[in-house]
Amino acid sequence: MSIDGVPPAPGNSSPAAGRRADFMLGLWHIAPLMVGLIPFGLVMGAVAAQKGFGPVEMMLMSGVVFAGASQFVALDMWRDPLPMLAIVATTAMINLRHVMMGAAMQPAMGRFNRVQTPASLFLMADEIWAMAMRRAADGRLTPAYYFGLATFFYLSWVFWTGLGTVVGGIIQSPARYGFDFAFTAVFLILIVGLWRGRRSIAPLAASAVVALGAHAWLPGVWYIVLGGVAGVLAAALSASDAS
Amino acid sequence: MKLDLQLVLTILGMGVVTYATRIGGYALLSRFPVKGRVKAGLEAVPIAILTAIIAPAVLAAGLADGLAALITVLLALRLPVILALIGGIGAAVLLRALIG
Repeated sequence: MSIDGVPPAPGNSSPAAGRRADFMLGLWHIAPLMVGLIPFGLVMGAVAAQKGFGPVEMMLMSGVVFAGASQFVALDMWRDPLPMLAIVATTAMINLRHVMMGAAMQPAMGRFNRVQTPASLFLMADEIWAMAMRRAADGRLTPAYYFGLATFFYLSWVFWTGLGTVVGGIIQSPARYGFDFAFTAVFLILIVGLWRGRRSIAPLAASAVVALGAHAWLPGVWYIVLGGVAGVLAAALSASDAS
Repeated sequence: MKLDLQLVLTILGMGVVTYATRIGGYALLSRFPVKGRVKAGLEAVPIAILTAIIAPAVLAAGLADGLAALITVLLALRLPVILALIGGIGAAVLLRALIG
C-alpha cells in the first residue's frame, strides 16, 4: 500500500526514513487502544453471531462502516424483516459527530494529497481522529503518522469482530475486567493533552452539562451531538473578538 | 450462510452515510475558510466531542468510575500516556471491586 506517497528515489533515503519513523510512532501511540479494542471486537462478533452473522458478514460490516458505536446499534436493531432504512438513518444520526470532527481536522491536513485525504477520512474513527488532533496541536500531523495510527487499528477491528462471530462466547462482559474503562481513560488523557488553559473551560463545561442532560432525557446517542454542539458554541461565544 | 442481498445493501447504506459524515465537514471547510469566532469554535471541537462522549461514563456512572476518572486525569498531568492509562484502568477495577 503506497500510503507514504511516492516511493523514494535511490539515494534519497532520509525523507523515506522520516516517513517510516512517523508511521511507527503513530502505530506506537495507537497500540494501547488496539489492545483495548480486542474485547469489544469479540463482543460485537458474539452479538452479531446471534443475529445470524458469520465472519464474512461481520468483516464486511466492520470493513465498510468502521464505526463501532453505530455498528453496535445497527446489530441491536437487526431482525427479520430487516428494517433497512431505519438502520441506515440511525447510523447517519450516530455518526453525525464526524461532520464536526472532519471540519476540525481539515486545517491540519495540508500535507495530505488527493489520495491520502479521502482514504484518511474513510479511516476517521473517534480514536484515530483524537490521536491525530493531539498530534495536530503541535503542528506535526503527517500522512505517515496518520496511517500509522489508522492502518493496523482498522485491520484489527475487522479481524477481531470477525473472530468474535466464531469465539465470541468467551468474553461475557468487558466491564468485568475494566476494559470498558480503557476508552474513558484514553479520552480523559486526550482531553488533558488538548487542554488550552482558560479558553478550554467554557467548551468543556457546556459540553458536559448538555451531554449529561441529553443522556438522561433523550434516547440513543443524541447526547454526543448535542454536547459537542453546545461546547463548540460556548467556545465561539466566549472567544475574544481580537483573536 | 450465503451473503444475503438485503444484508449487503444495508451494510453498504451504513457505509455510504458514515463516509458522507466523514468527508462532509472536511469538504465544507475546504470551500469556506474560517476565522474569528467560527475558528475558535472549531478549535474547541476535540474537547467538546470528547467531553460529550465520556460525560455520562464519568459523571453519572457511580462513585467508583468518577473517582477513577479523577485519578486518571491527575496521573495524565504528571505521567506518560501509557502509565496514566494503566493507572486509570487499575484504579477503575480496584474501586469498582471496593465500592461498586
